[in-house]
Amino acid sequence: MLQELELSRRGFLGAGAGLVVGFHVAAPGEAQAQAAAQPPEINAWVRVLPDDRVLIRIVRSEMGQGTLTGLAQLVAEELDCDWSKVGTEQPTPGQSLARNRVWGNFSTGGSRGIRESQDYVRKGGATARLMLVQAAANEWKVPVAECRTARGVITHQPTGRRISYGQVADAAGKLPVPTEVALKDPKDWTIAGQPLLRLDTKDKLTGAQVYGMDLKLPGMLNAAIKDCPVFGGKVRSFDAAAIARRPGVKKVVPVGDSAVAVVADTWWHAKTALDALPIVWDEGPHANASSAAFAAVLKAALDAPEAVVGTSNGDARAALAAAPRKLEAVYAYPHQNHATMETMNATARWTPQRCEVWTPTQNGEAALAATAEAAGLPAAQCEVYKINLGGGFGRRGAVHDWVRQAVAIARELPGTPVKLIWSREEDMLHGRYHPVTMCKLQAGLDAQGNLQALHMRIAGQSILAGVFPQNVRDGRDPVVFQGLNASGPEASIGYSVPHLLIDHAMRNPSVPPGFWRGVNLNQNAVYLECFLDELAHATKQDPLAFRLKLMGSHPKHRAVLEAAAKGAGWGTPAPAGVFRGIAQTMGFGSYVAAVAEVSVSSAGELKIHRIVAATDPGHVVNPQQVAMQVEGSFVYGLSAALYGECTLKNGRIEQSNFDSYPVMRLAQMPKVETIAVPSGGFWGGVGEPTIAVAAPAVLNAIFAATGVRIRELPLKNQSLKKA
Amino acid sequence: MPTLHVNGKTVFFEAEPDTPLLWVLREQLGLTGTKYGCGIAQCGSCTVHVDGAPVRSCALPLAALNANQKIVTIEGLSPDGSHPVQKAWAALDVPQCGFCQSGMIMAAAALLAAKPQPTDADIDAAMSNICRCGTYNRVRAGIKQAAAAKS
Repeated sequence: MLQELELSRRGFLGAGAGLVVGFHVAAPGEAQAQAAAQPPEINAWVRVLPDDRVLIRIVRSEMGQGTLTGLAQLVAEELDCDWSKVGTEQPTPGQSLARNRVWGNFSTGGSRGIRESQDYVRKGGATARLMLVQAAANEWKVPVAECRTARGVITHQPTGRRISYGQVADAAGKLPVPTEVALKDPKDWTIAGQPLLRLDTKDKLTGAQVYGMDLKLPGMLNAAIKDCPVFGGKVRSFDAAAIARRPGVKKVVPVGDSAVAVVADTWWHAKTALDALPIVWDEGPHANASSAAFAAVLKAALDAPEAVVGTSNGDARAALAAAPRKLEAVYAYPHQNHATMETMNATARWTPQRCEVWTPTQNGEAALAATAEAAGLPAAQCEVYKINLGGGFGRRGAVHDWVRQAVAIARELPGTPVKLIWSREEDMLHGRYHPVTMCKLQAGLDAQGNLQALHMRIAGQSILAGVFPQNVRDGRDPVVFQGLNASGPEASIGYSVPHLLIDHAMRNPSVPPGFWRGVNLNQNAVYLECFLDELAHATKQDPLAFRLKLMGSHPKHRAVLEAAAKGAGWGTPAPAGVFRGIAQTMGFGSYVAAVAEVSVSSAGELKIHRIVAATDPGHVVNPQQVAMQVEGSFVYGLSAALYGECTLKNGRIEQSNFDSYPVMRLAQMPKVETIAVPSGGFWGGVGEPTIAVAAPAVLNAIFAATGVRIRELPLKNQSLKKA
Repeated sequence: MPTLHVNGKTVFFEAEPDTPLLWVLREQLGLTGTKYGCGIAQCGSCTVHVDGAPVRSCALPLAALNANQKIVTIEGLSPDGSHPVQKAWAALDVPQCGFCQSGMIMAAAALLAAKPQPTDADIDAAMSNICRCGTYNRVRAGIKQAAAAKS
C-alpha cells in the first residue's frame, strides 16, 4: 500500500509541483499569498482544486520532525480525501493576522505540533467534508444523509451517482462552515495512524529543497555578523576603512550596540572581510565570568536555605533526619548548544513602508513580532515567509535574535534584500543554551530498603527568567520542575514517595538560556533516574523492581516502563559483556522509558549496543514518524550525554565549531527499537520526551558494567575504567 | 577567468583563488544543494565528488582544483533523483530536516562506487557526516538497500 501511494504521489507531484508547494522561491511571497482566502477554499484548512488536488494548510513549522505530514494526515482523514492527491501550503503569519488568527498558534516547540492542534485541524477536515457533501446533495437535490464519501468522491447511495470533491468545491466554498461536527473514532482511521511516507522528502534527495540559507532574491546582498563574544559586552569601535577595498564589500554596519555586520555581494566576501575587520570590544560586566566560578555558585545553592518548592508531600526534612539509612549524591548538567545543521539566517527587505523577512523559524508569529519591532513598523506592514528549517530543536522558536539583526542590517540598505547568515562560529558563541544546573538528592530508606523520604534540590538556571521573564512570578519558574510535577497531564512524576520535597534555588549566569529539545526534562530525568538506580543498587534491589514498588499509583508510567523492560528482555541474561540500564519519565504529555545495553572495555571505552525505547503518546498519527523521532531523540540525547558541553571562560563560550563541540556520528549510533504503546484518551508529544531517558538509561548501564557512577555530564570528561 | 568542470559542464565564473569550492558552487554557480555546515571539513554537509572521491568542499580552495577534474554535486548525481542511493533514501524516508542529506547521499554514493557491498565497518568509516536530527540508522539501512538493489 505504501509503495502504491508513493508512486501515485510521484506522478501527481511531477505534474504540478509548483502549485502544491506553498512556498515558491522564484516569486517570493506570491505563492504564500495564494494561501489567503483564494477560491476554491472550502474552509481555512482545505482548498480543493478542480482537478481534485487537495491543499491542506499547515502553520506549524516543519523542521524534520514530520509534523507537516502528520497534520495533513489528520485533516485528510476527516476529509475522506484521496491521500495521493494531498499537498500542503503554509499560510503566512501576516495572513493569519489579517484573518483573526484563523489557523491558531504557529509555535512549533514543546512537542506541541500535533497534540495541540489535532482537535481544530481535524474539525477543519471534518467540516470541509460536510460542506462538500452538502454541495453535492444540493446539486442532486437529495438529503445529505443519503450521501457517502470515500477517497475524494461523494456517492449518492440510492442512485449510485458519483461526483468528485473538485467538481463541487466551488459550491462548497460558498456554504457556511458548520459549527458542530463529529470527529472519527481513531480506531476507524485509515489515513491517520498509518506509517505513510512523508510528504516532503523528494526535494531533500536532489538538492532542490530551499532552506533559508539557500534563498536568492533579485538584487540581494549578503551579510556576515559578529556579536561581542562576551555575553553582555558591546562594540567599542571598528575600523571599516580597513576592509573597504576588499572584494565585494558594500557596507559595514553596527547592529545594535553589541554587533557589527559586513554586507557584500557574496557571503564568502562578507565573511572573510568581517574576519579581517578590526573590532575593539567593551567586554562589559561579565568579562571574567567562567563555568568554573559559576559551578561554585551552584554548589552553594544546593544548600541555600531559600528555595522555591515545586513538589511536596509529607515532611521530607523531618523524615530524612529520622531515617535509619540515608544516601546522598550531587549531579551536574552543563550548558549545551542546539547546533542545528543550518546556522541561523534570515533575509530581510526593508522600506519605510514595509518590511519582509524570509527565515527558517519555529514560530512564524513570533518572527513577525520580532520583525515589526526591529523594523519600527506595525505588524500589518510586515510579513514573514517561513522557509524550510535545517533543524530547530528549540533554537528557532522563542527568541528571534537573528531576525532582529537581519532587519537592522536591511534598514541600512532600504529596498535591498539582505541575507544574513551566521558562521558556525557565530552560531556556537551566540546560542541560547541548555540551562546549567546541579542537583543534590537525599534519600531516607527504612530498614527494608524502602524509599521513605526524598529531597531533590535543583540549583541553577531558569530558562523562563532568560526568555520570558514576565512568566516568572515570585522567583518561581514552573518549567524547572518538568517531569517532577506532583500531577497533571504534561510532565508528572511517576513515583509516590511518602515524604517528598523537590525545590529549586534559581541562579542565573551570564550565558543566555533557551528551550533545548527536551528542555528541563533532560537533566531532571538524569538526576532522578540515576539516583533511584543508586538507591536500588545500594539496597541490593533490582532497579526495575525498585521503581515498580513506587509506581503503584502511576499506571501509565508503569506500563511504559514495563513495556521497555519486556522489549529489552530485562531479567534475562544480556549478551556476554553487555550490561543493561533502565530509566523512565514523563514529559510533553507522553510517558517514555528506555533500556540501554552497553559494554565498557577494560580501557574504559564505551560502546552503546542497543536501545529499546517505549513511548505512550496517547495516539499515534504516523508510526513510522514516531519511530524516526524516537531514533532521532537518541542521537540528540546521546550526543548530549557523550559530548555535549559548552564551557564559559573569560566571559565567552570556548567551543566554536564541531571540532571543539563534538556530536555523535553514525559509527557510534546504537540500534534503536521503538515500542509505541498508545493507550488512547490523551494526546502527547513525540519529538522530545524520549531524549530524556537516553542519558540516564546509558549511565545506569555504565554503572552495571563498571561500578562507576557518573554524576556529571558529559561522559567525554569521565573515566569509565572499572571501579 | 576561473574554469571548472561541474556536473558534466564546463563552467566559467568570477572568484578569488582562495574561495572554497563550496562557495563557488553556492554563490557563483547557484548550486545550493551543497550545504554550509561548519566551514572546517568537520560535518560533511558540503560533500561533493571530485573525480569520484568524496570531498568536503568547504575546505577546498579553488586554487587546488583544475578544469580537468570532474566535480559532481547533489544536483548532478542523477538527472531525476534515480541514483540507487536516492531511491533507497526515498523508500526508507531517510531525511528528517534534510539539511545534511545532500552530503550524506554524496558520501554514500561514493562509498558504494568504491565498495559495492560495504560492510558495517566500511559504512562506519565512510559515513562520518554529522546529522543532528538523528537519521544515522536509516542512513545505514539506506546504504544496504542501495547496495542490494545494485547487486
